[in-house]
Amino acid sequence: MNLDATDRAILNRMQDDLPLTTHPYAAIAAELGISESELLNRLTRMKDERVITRFGPFFDAAAMGGAFCLCAMAVPPGNFETVLTKVNAHAEVAHNYERTHRLNMWFVLATETPEGIEATADAIERETGIEVLRFPKLQEFFIGFRVAA
Amino acid sequence: MIDAKDREIIEALQGGLPLVPAPYAQIAADLGIDEDALLHRMSDLKSRGVIRRIAAAPNHYKLGMTSNGMTVWDVEDDRVTELGTQIGALPFVTHCYERPRALPDWPYNLFAMVHGADRNEVEEKRAEITAILGDACRAKDILYSTRILKKTGLRLKTKG
Repeated sequence: MNLDATDRAILNRMQDDLPLTTHPYAAIAAELGISESELLNRLTRMKDERVITRFGPFFDAAAMGGAFCLCAMAVPPGNFETVLTKVNAHAEVAHNYERTHRLNMWFVLATETPEGIEATADAIERETGIEVLRFPKLQEFFIGFRVAA
Repeated sequence: MIDAKDREIIEALQGGLPLVPAPYAQIAADLGIDEDALLHRMSDLKSRGVIRRIAAAPNHYKLGMTSNGMTVWDVEDDRVTELGTQIGALPFVTHCYERPRALPDWPYNLFAMVHGADRNEVEEKRAEITAILGDACRAKDILYSTRILKKTGLRLKTKG
């Protein structure tokens, strides 16, 4: 999908926080100098085309008493799809990427309790027979998720 | 911590915010509560850090940022905070964390995500990180992502 300058301005703005007001899109549209309906149409199109993978609140599992953990597995290439199906079947797997390394599957577990991390990782080990390495964050140095569109 | 009402709200919102003029009114109607009550609750969840922000997650690939490298570094423990802060402040680093090593397989304790239009651009950025870390870095690697296998964000389990 081709993105024009307006789409890019929208994408850059929408990576920042949306106000908690009754008509949040109208407020953003006014900032950008377009109408509310144009903003909604463009957002809908970008979501349909998957330029925007998700739009809405980002939750912090840790603030709810839960936890996040980055995990990695060395999956034999011949079994990759079978293992992937088993791993992704867990609702706790929030996102998952294939990467260029012997440790070729990297996913984030988001669970409602700290114990949920160990329980889910252990379950994946049992189901796949592959060790799940766990890399919980010790320190976070920046929360700059923005990419310039 | 969250109570049962918060939980209902989180469940109603985890699929995303509707793209309609009054999205909170729609969610509130689904939950059978007032829009004001919903906004009040959400504001409270935000002040407690349960909601970090309400925003779009862009697809880096569709934005032409087709090369996505997880750079990893083995940095001396007593310098990781100072150096991690410097790396995290670089404009092209989107996430930067200290994580435990998994020896002997995995000697790396500093992770920094770098995105670019192609691998050359990512390598140029990675070289900047190498220069900053200098002698404090004992080993390094980069893992490019080759496929998004899942991207759903947090999902609460529906309790029966």
